[in-house]
Amino acid sequence: MLELSILFPSILNGLTTGAVYALIALGLTLIYGVLHIINFAHGAVLMIALYGVFFLNAKLGLDPYAALPVMVPGMFALGYALQRFVIGRASHGKDENILLATLGLTLVLENFALYAWRSDTRTIETPYTFSTVDVAGAMISTPKVVAFFGALAATAILLAFIARSDLGRAIRAVARERQGAKLVGIDVEHVFAMSFGIGLACLGAAACFLLPAYYVNPQVGNGFVLIAFTIVVLGGMGSFAGALLGGFIIGVVESVGGLWLGESLGQIGIFVIFIAILLFRPQGIFGART
Amino acid sequence: MKTLYAILVLCGAVALLPAFVSSGVVLNLVIMTLYATLLGQAWNILAGFGGQYSFGHAAFFGTGAYASAALQVHFGVNAWLCLPFAIVCGAAVGALVGALSFRYGLRGSYFALVTLAFAEVFRILANSVKFTGGGVGLLVPLKSSALDFQFQGKAGFLYVILALTLAGFLLSWWLKHSRYGAWLTAVRDNEDSAAALGVDVFRVKLQAIVISAGLTAAGGAFYVQYFQYIDPHLAYGPAVSVEALLGPIVGGLGTVFGPLLGAAALKLLGELTRNLMGDAPGVSLMIYGAVLIAMVTFLPRGIGGLFQRLAAKAP
Repeated sequence: MLELSILFPSILNGLTTGAVYALIALGLTLIYGVLHIINFAHGAVLMIALYGVFFLNAKLGLDPYAALPVMVPGMFALGYALQRFVIGRASHGKDENILLATLGLTLVLENFALYAWRSDTRTIETPYTFSTVDVAGAMISTPKVVAFFGALAATAILLAFIARSDLGRAIRAVARERQGAKLVGIDVEHVFAMSFGIGLACLGAAACFLLPAYYVNPQVGNGFVLIAFTIVVLGGMGSFAGALLGGFIIGVVESVGGLWLGESLGQIGIFVIFIAILLFRPQGIFGART
Repeated sequence: MKTLYAILVLCGAVALLPAFVSSGVVLNLVIMTLYATLLGQAWNILAGFGGQYSFGHAAFFGTGAYASAALQVHFGVNAWLCLPFAIVCGAAVGALVGALSFRYGLRGSYFALVTLAFAEVFRILANSVKFTGGGVGLLVPLKSSALDFQFQGKAGFLYVILALTLAGFLLSWWLKHSRYGAWLTAVRDNEDSAAALGVDVFRVKLQAIVISAGLTAAGGAFYVQYFQYIDPHLAYGPAVSVEALLGPIVGGLGTVFGPLLGAAALKLLGELTRNLMGDAPGVSLMIYGAVLIAMVTFLPRGIGGLFQRLAAKAP
């Protein structure tokens, strides 16, 4: 058995990563819940957001957390435009087409990054990069603690927005019953694009919280795509509470699995969970079987 | 019958090519086009005819490649004998993935994601296990004789890949004209009504993925002989899965000549962009991605579908 003194910090680290994973997965599950499409380009868009935070820091000296008011609206606008002008037009009413179009989008974004910014892995230096916080005897790096609370706060804002605002009500109406929403006068296409925008805005926020303790390169999104999907199917497609819990579970599994099996083999746990959940409980923890 | 003659004439013409062309560059281009055609044909059998979109054909490709390479490196088996073994291994992986996903009724996007996850699991395993050489990969020993499936010039490789592509053509043609092919397309068009009419949906889909995986694995074994090297990223990385699906989508899904049409068009486009924009990393894949979006949006039936539409309009 592992020593508790190693296991405890590892679990805490997993929880901090898990909070960011949850925020990423929330964006994905919102898009799925409303549009019933799988956004395969979610990881590639996160990569673009990470580059955005990186360049804001490198060129303008903007602190990654101060970049939030730039990145969140920026990613929202990108998402709105993508759904309105690219993805929405490709569907022709078939799920497979959306999957293929977002795969194409992934190829474009990833290889554009490779072409424009080369394959170098980049990190940023902040005054707090190497500082740590003492949590009940475990030393956790400050950016990770900030990421944990930041991601939770962003999640709370998103949930409150969906629950309280008029747009949130419209989003829930479209998610529940598309035809009915149309009949009561909701502009469904607009709600689709808004939901896609909000889904990507989550990525903008996640990128700001992630980068101080992470890195960016053109392939960085790949790892996140399957992790985000795993969380979403684990929690039940379209379920917010499920995405939140799923994020924490996957964060801890990854962290502890890495401790047990080593960095490269540790990842396998996530994929095995993904395949097993899809096969045996596709409705997830919170989802109802349809 | 007309299609069958067209296939034979086409393959005959390509077979005569080495007699007239000695340029290694041209022959290499033809070989790579046929190789992309083969992967496309394999993917097309499952997705174009069967409606099951896989995002993880690399799982079958890599297994074929590693089965052949490992047998040669670790046991010194003759490479020709490795080819059927590779096909069997790939088909077995196909049967495993298919049995699991189809038994539990995974459809559409879920099937695509689960195949991708399988490919990733294999990639991580190949990266971590000694048998596959870990991250370093496997280098096939140089023998340079036709008896060892390593030819001096390009012509030998051209004949091998041409034979495999011909097999792919004949399989696609058979699907267009056989009872099994009719079942498979019925499952694609409406699974529930196919089942109601007495089609054994699970079995039909399973057979399709096994055939598709076997053909993909043959492509993997060919790749290993042609480049004499394989590593986890080449074998199980997403690039192969993308290459397999791009050709049929560009050329025309569920058609006999779609994969060839798509592969040729993409190769042409790739060469064109290389001449225009240089060999900068990422450019060709960036354009492939844009092509994929454009095809899905504007030409969902591919170039082949466009030709058909134009032919129908012409008096």
